[in-house]
Amino acid sequence: MATVKTRPADITIHGRKVVGGVTEGEALVTDQTISGWGGVNPMKGEIIEMRHELRGQSFANKILVFPGAKGSSGWSAVFHTTKLTGKAPLGMLFTITTTKAALGAVVLRVPSMTDFDSDPVQQIESGDWVRIDADAGEVSVWKGGRP
Amino acid sequence: MSVRLTAEEKAMRDGDNGPAVAKAMDLLIRYAEALGAEDFVYTDNIAGVPGSSPQWVKDYYAEDGGDYRAVFSRFDLDSDEVVDVPRISGFACHLQGGMDPEQWAEQGMTEEAHANFAADERDVADHGIQVLKTCTPYLAGNVPVMGEHCAWMESSAVVFCNSVIGGRTNCEGRESTSAAMLAKRVPNWGFHKDDFRKGQHLIDVEVPVDSIFEWGMLGYFTGDAVEDTIPVLDGNISNAALIKHKHFGAAAASSGGVEMYHMAGITPEAPSVEAAFGGAPRGEHFTYGKAQRSAMYERLNSVGESTDVDYVMLGCPHYSIDQLAEVAQMLDGRTIHENSNLWIFTSRAVKATAIASGYDAIIRKAGARLMTDTCSAISQAVPPGTKVAAFDSAKQTHYLPAIMGIEGWFGTTQECINAACTSRWEGRLN
Repeated sequence: MATVKTRPADITIHGRKVVGGVTEGEALVTDQTISGWGGVNPMKGEIIEMRHELRGQSFANKILVFPGAKGSSGWSAVFHTTKLTGKAPLGMLFTITTTKAALGAVVLRVPSMTDFDSDPVQQIESGDWVRIDADAGEVSVWKGGRP
Repeated sequence: MSVRLTAEEKAMRDGDNGPAVAKAMDLLIRYAEALGAEDFVYTDNIAGVPGSSPQWVKDYYAEDGGDYRAVFSRFDLDSDEVVDVPRISGFACHLQGGMDPEQWAEQGMTEEAHANFAADERDVADHGIQVLKTCTPYLAGNVPVMGEHCAWMESSAVVFCNSVIGGRTNCEGRESTSAAMLAKRVPNWGFHKDDFRKGQHLIDVEVPVDSIFEWGMLGYFTGDAVEDTIPVLDGNISNAALIKHKHFGAAAASSGGVEMYHMAGITPEAPSVEAAFGGAPRGEHFTYGKAQRSAMYERLNSVGESTDVDYVMLGCPHYSIDQLAEVAQMLDGRTIHENSNLWIFTSRAVKATAIASGYDAIIRKAGARLMTDTCSAISQAVPPGTKVAAFDSAKQTHYLPAIMGIEGWFGTTQECINAACTSRWEGRLN
């Protein structure tokens, strides 16, 4: 995805590749962990968990930035299902590695990273434009949207 | 970093054992690299939901054949091409499914959905996978031994395997368990490693925790306190039994994602607090006292308003034979109220024993139903018109009201039976 940028990124974060590839898009950020089964409606890519700050919002075609996965072992299957319904995220950045999040990223086959030198959940806000180059281990962030 | 492969694993990846095993190994390698695992462990104890899918998923893969083979290849193995899935030679079982094999119509399932369910089950059996159809495999024929490397799904079973048995499993997913059934490998990461299994936070239990009701509430508190880390519980915990661990772990796994816990002097890897931590206690120090106990009770009952209970659901996790014996005793001579329903869920293996022991007859005579395979949350099935439900399980109280948009009460098994027979909720914290 060779995009010519009009200005350099505001923030660059380095981390470890979970799933390789390059992608970019609008960020959806939460500092709360996400439940897959029972917490996400895979038909809509929407967070449905009661009391979750993203309840009612969809991660479809966005870069999902979150601390990690929680809850049922159905996490990967629910996220995998969003690939079938066309509601998958474009990429994922998470800070806590669990089997749920790692397997979910693998079967989604979207560029994903973890183990960062600074916390993306703190650095990135919903609506920021994010480019993930997972193979190079680099996340570029443009504040406020598409540059 | 790339994962280190043995000669046998390389051969599996390269197709020496056929295309399905190669696809399975490819997925497991991608998964191991995503985790940052260095190598694999051998496993011959796998519990998952291999290949089962609703009809729309089969329709999605229509071009690939739209059958079990297509779903197993494309979804379970995340393969770009469809491969023949051979009969599985190892110890592999199917966990809970989508409906009761006989009482599916009562659960609101269509004939088409049942035909799809029955066809999947034949394919599961034809592939050499045991049809346990339960969230409690350890009550239906799959009990690991201490130190055994397993690949299990189902959070309540995972926490039981690690904590109570001393088996070793991460909280695996559908794709990793299906792949592991073919390759008998799982990434050597997390709970497979000694250091990872040590306690991270201490919980001091001040109030007496003895009954299954109290163990369940302590579990819900524990998950809330430590989230997905490993707690070490010490103090006033007594009357340990399988069913109490079952409810404690299920509650802790749902409120926080606990995959392993230690109870000093009770669980096998915690002969002492120090042994559980692998040294001096570290992390945070929580207290479970009177105030915390009341707060948990209030929180679990915060989704209940109307006391007119029209549905009581027992069997989360699936009831054991001793729980069915207890319920049969409570129900003997009583009748379910006309405005209420009582559905009790268990595994097929335990139901067979309940029939032989006369418990199923008592349950049916009272007007209640003993169902298998699933639960209300998994199948999203409740009796028609349900508005207010009651549970003796913190886990089901956590999930079902949110999934179905109904009210819910949490209490003792006796309070639940009374509610089913009177249609009134009169639970209270003593």
